[in-house]
Amino acid sequence: MQNEKQSRPSTPAMVQVRGVSKVYEGGVEALNGITLEFPQGQLTSLLGPSGCGKTTLLKIIAGLITPTAGEVHVDGKKVTGPGPERAFVFQDFALMPWADVMRNVAFGLELKGVKRSEREAIASKYIQAVGLKDFERAHPHELSGGMRQRVGLARALAVNAKVLLMDEPFSAVDEQTRRKFQEDLLQLIDRERKTFIFVTHSIEEAVYVSDRVVLLSRRPSRVSAIIEPDISRQDDPDKIRRDPAYLDTVENIWQGLKHYVE
Amino acid sequence: MMREGLTHPLLLRVLSVALVVGAWEYAGRVPISPAFPTFQETFAAFLEMVKDGTLAKATWITLKPLALGLFTSVVFGVAIGTLMGLNRFAEWLGSPVFIIAQSAPLAALIPILTFAYGIGLTSKVLTVCIMAMPVIVLNSLNAVRHTPNSLVEMGRAFLASRAKLVTKIILPAASPMIFAGLRLGCAAGFVGVILAELLITPTGIGDIITYNQSIAEYPKMYAAIAFIIVFSVLFIEAIEWLERALFGRNKGQFHAERETVPA
Repeated sequence: MQNEKQSRPSTPAMVQVRGVSKVYEGGVEALNGITLEFPQGQLTSLLGPSGCGKTTLLKIIAGLITPTAGEVHVDGKKVTGPGPERAFVFQDFALMPWADVMRNVAFGLELKGVKRSEREAIASKYIQAVGLKDFERAHPHELSGGMRQRVGLARALAVNAKVLLMDEPFSAVDEQTRRKFQEDLLQLIDRERKTFIFVTHSIEEAVYVSDRVVLLSRRPSRVSAIIEPDISRQDDPDKIRRDPAYLDTVENIWQGLKHYVE
Repeated sequence: MMREGLTHPLLLRVLSVALVVGAWEYAGRVPISPAFPTFQETFAAFLEMVKDGTLAKATWITLKPLALGLFTSVVFGVAIGTLMGLNRFAEWLGSPVFIIAQSAPLAALIPILTFAYGIGLTSKVLTVCIMAMPVIVLNSLNAVRHTPNSLVEMGRAFLASRAKLVTKIILPAASPMIFAGLRLGCAAGFVGVILAELLITPTGIGDIITYNQSIAEYPKMYAAIAFIIVFSVLFIEAIEWLERALFGRNKGQFHAERETVPA
């Protein structure tokens, strides 16, 4: 735990957000001068009240939305649109209903022009990694919400991007499934060694899965605090939820966010 | 299982056909009008026309403007509608014409078409087109326009080119609604070809109808009418088979999937 803490400052930033603002057509100001760094190989959550622009910020990093001001650099390069070093996991899964699990997972590779046999071999590996073995030929409508999001996650992993952007990936999934998913995600982070940026509105979820939690204020959003939960994730995942450090962090964040709700 | 058996579409269809035939036979026997033959007489007239080749010859003649008109309407209709769905300027340019065309009684234009293009094949093909095309265009337009935004975003996030976005995401997502438009458009095309054959010059099936009406040979007239209706229904069914064969999916499942995706 101590070692982990010390190694953090030396980690280089994979994603840099500099002075990003976003004003939507019609004058809605979503983001106001956000400056943030996302260290390589860590999971950073963007946490904030509903409608605070977390998703907007994530989509700006993804290159899906153009910021009104400021810029984003990923792996040293300025973002002008979506890029191969970033992959996105969508809140509503965004699976093609006419395609089976295999084609959905391999779709990023299909768009890149990877040969069928090759991309299906890669996709199989990730279908197995997210626990959907034997569902390769199933269609999305035959899967539960949690399984669909596993497909979305496998699709994002299959393109082997350095940065994984996850937009409230578990919000459309029921509570039990979500817990299991969060536990699996921890193992995945450990195995994949990628930079994760994770948008959530659940304090517990943010603290449970994150190395760093970025608290955003209400719209127009600013960074109100950055918290690094001091929790060891080497142990049994169930232990984390009873860890006093976990519970204290959740409580602290709640105290910080409370006044936005009232 | 029991419920499924009772509400099986095939059984329901057979049942409703039997009901209509029964009512027809009864009404013919009453008789509600001397000009209304029974089902049996009509069926006999139908068999007679099949045997002496009148029906085959007439169908062949009717098929020509129908096939040409439907082919043109489907190819251009889907292309124009898709273009309008993808491009705001094309939509701005084209949609008023097709919206008016869809809601106006276009049969009123047939005399103008005849005046401009004569009584030949061209006028009849155009009649089929003006009836069939608007609904095909507008359905394609709406289908493309209503591609789920998250799917388009997904395509962009995974670096799809514009062309691949259209062929791999937008068109497959739009296909159920495009096919619904094709079914409606083709049905309207059948209306168009019969209108043309009744109003411009009597040819093909339209000729059998008008000729037998004029000599009071009602069973043959009704046989021709029933035949073209059944032919049209089977044709529309064939489009549905084609859709299933092409996309290998059950429509119900596809829509269920779309509905369960949260907004």
